[in-house]
This record gives sequence, C-alpha cells and structure tokens, in this order.
Amino acid sequence: MSTVRVLVGTRKGAFVLTADGKRDKWEVSGPHFAGWEMYHVKGSPADPNRLYASQSSGWFGQIIQRSSDGGETWEPVGNKFAYDGVPGTHQWYDGTAHPWEFKRVWHLEPSLTDPDTVYAGIEDAALFRSTDGGQNWQELSGLRQHGSGPHWQPGAGGMCLHTIILDPSDPQRIFIAISAAGAFRTDDGGETWRPINRGLYSKYIPDPTAEVGHCVHHIAMNPSRPGVLFMQKHWDVMRSNDAGDSWQEISGNLPTDFGFVIDVHAHEPETIYVVPIKSDSEHFVPDGKLRVFRSRSGGNEWEPLTKGLPQSNCYVNVLRDAMAVDSLDECGVYFGTSGGQVYASADAGDSWAPIVRDLPAVLSVEVQTLR
Amino acid sequence: MIRVILPPHLRALSRTGSEVMLEVEGLVTQRSVLDTLEARYPALCGTIRDRVTQQRRPFLRFFACEQDLSHESPDAPLPEAVASGAEPLIVLGAIAGG
Repeated sequence: MSTVRVLVGTRKGAFVLTADGKRDKWEVSGPHFAGWEMYHVKGSPADPNRLYASQSSGWFGQIIQRSSDGGETWEPVGNKFAYDGVPGTHQWYDGTAHPWEFKRVWHLEPSLTDPDTVYAGIEDAALFRSTDGGQNWQELSGLRQHGSGPHWQPGAGGMCLHTIILDPSDPQRIFIAISAAGAFRTDDGGETWRPINRGLYSKYIPDPTAEVGHCVHHIAMNPSRPGVLFMQKHWDVMRSNDAGDSWQEISGNLPTDFGFVIDVHAHEPETIYVVPIKSDSEHFVPDGKLRVFRSRSGGNEWEPLTKGLPQSNCYVNVLRDAMAVDSLDECGVYFGTSGGQVYASADAGDSWAPIVRDLPAVLSVEVQTLR
Repeated sequence: MIRVILPPHLRALSRTGSEVMLEVEGLVTQRSVLDTLEARYPALCGTIRDRVTQQRRPFLRFFACEQDLSHESPDAPLPEAVASGAEPLIVLGAIAGG
C-alpha cells in the first residue's frame, strides 16, 4: 500500500509525519535539529530516501543536512555559498545601495532525475547548484548578473530566492522567484535568465508595471502542464498560460488576494488552492476563519473549504512554502501554520483534520508519495 | 592539549561532549585553534566563523581566563593558560532571542 511522508520545517526543528494511503493515522518523528530554524526539507523525486534540509541559525549560520535513508539519519554536507565574482549591490529598504551578503538557504529543490543534483535558493537572492549531493555549491550567476540586480530589493522577510521549479518536459528550463524582484526563467540550464513579469501590477513600486521589483510570494505548476503557472503575488493571484511570458489576474471572488501559498491539484491541473491572508500589515487569515480557497476552473471562481478548519478566533498565517499536495489517486493537500498546526485533507480539500496541533511555527511543508 | 568549550547546539552538531580537546601545532591563536577544530569536526565549518569571510559570527564571543578575547586579532597568541590547557577557550553564544 502507498504511504505518504510529510516533511515539515519549523522555527525550532524539523518533523517527519508518516501515514498509509488512508492518511488518517499519523506517526510523528522529531524534532530533528531541535532548536534550529528549518526553512525547508525536501526529498529527491529520483530517490525518495534522499532528503535535503536547510538548517540555519542567527548564531551559527547555515548548515545543509542530507539523509540517504528517508530521514532516519542525517549528515551535514557543504555549506559554502560563495557568490561568483564581486557580488555588487542591490537596493536596501530605503532605496540605497546595499552589498549582497549570504544569509540563509530558503529553498532546496532536488533534481527530477539525479539524487545528487540539488538547487538552493538563497538570501540575498541567488541560485546555487550542487552536483555531488550537497558537498559543493556553485552559483548560477547568470541570474544575479542579469543586469537588473541593482534594482532588486528585500521584502519584509529578506531578499530571498524562495521558489525553484524545474520543468519536467525541458531539462534546460527553470523558473525561479525572488522577493522582491519577481519571476525569472532560464531556457539554457541556468546560463542566462530573463524576467517574466509582464502583466504583474504592483502599486508599491514606483512603476507598477516595471520589468523587475515585484514581490512574488510563490509560484506553482502541475507537472503535466509545465507551461501553465500559478502565482500568489504580495497582492493578486495570477496565472500564465505561456510559461511566464505574460500573466493575467485570477483573484476573482477571493475575500482578499493577499497571501503566500499557492498549489495545484496533482491530477486536475485547473484545480488550485490558496489561503487568503487579510493584508500585508495583518498577516493572519481574515475574520478569524482559517479557509483554504479552491478554484476548479483555473482561477477567478473560488470556493471556501472550511470543513475541519477553525472558523472562529483563528489568527494564523500560512507561509509561502508551507503547502504541498501528494499524488495519490484522491489527491491529498497539506499545509502548516504559524501556530504550529499541520492540516491534511485526503479528499482534495473537501475536509480537513490536523495531523499535529502544537509544533513550533511552520515554515515549510513538503510531501512524498511512496509506493 | 587545548581545551575548547562549545555552545550546546555546536556540541550536538559535531557530536562532541561538553569540552573538546585539541592538539594544536605551532603558535596557539584563535585562528590556529579554530582551524584545528574545523579540520577535526568539519560540520563546524561556517558555524563559528563565516564560511567565506572567516569573520567571527556576530552572535558569538570568545572568552578565556575571565577575559573577552572576541575583538583580539585572530593571529594574536591566546593566553598562556589556554595554550597550556590549564584554562579552556570558551565559544559562547549571545543570550538573545528565543
């Protein structure tokens, strides 16, 4: 029988949640790396026992951990993230020039085909790749040297490269997103990049339709339709049908179009999920109700999913990497909150139940479907 | 032997006990002690000194013999009591945050 393994990164350690295909009884393992900020934990699609984890601390810096047995044991691997050449400057919050400085790894994206190849999205924003299981890291500096780097600026969480999507139909194509620079795409394996932000409108930058400067919070793709992308921007939920060349707003009837997460059903590429957040100054769900909104029409028309979720006095946030879907026949959807709850739905969002209620604040949720 | 006391998180990361004993060749300085420590426990690379700049991490201090040595040159000799092993070099994390 299939099993699912949910990998949860929190402010104070990582947790591994496992269940069989029914997804109603869960075993909880952890905390792994207790006391450390675990920004992201993700498994290799090519070898599910190979996991990578980003472990960091304001005191002790960045560690990358690797497991070859599905998270039973871990070993620290390379943590040298040296920018290629002279890093130069980006904009600081006040618009002045600020030197590029490595702070942490936000996101680890293992290759679709090689367990030893993994990409890292870091703060200050840059993309790195390792081809030896995380021992050594090289920057794909064509991104940072695209020319617009001096105009990139940090969002409130820092100037992070937080989204990495590998195109399953074209190994040379990668999508990334940076807060607050926007989305970028390479079609030559990372040598050269171009911004893909046409159609985005951001009132908080001097030119709302600028080529770069947009605070993209997250992007999602269904692997069966790699040209269709869904984006949760700082404000606005967006869709692209041409691999990011242009974007259209699909916020429709959402109660607010601010938010962080967005994800796509594993088998229905027009079914998408968001968790609306009240505003950029009030980072919690509106009206004290934790609601996932689902669109079965690729956007614009959204329905609230509330069964099993708290509908009063709830004021949590759901961060950008804290939602994932499994690939079982009945698609499972998972998300974690700033209040330490991890919710699971085994019926594509129709109903929800907490797997755990009292973890540290959740930073990331990934899921592996093990057959 | 040089004695080094690490903060608890780094003990867990390097799988060491409360005190690490090191044989340091040549002059005993912050740099030579940390070089030896990192060579013996590679997991500690980047955790005490920045991985690229080799600067001490801002939330860490180096204490020994009731002195704060954090702002001494990394190539300055450590106190004789540290070099002889009578006193430990203490790597201390700032009491900050939660």
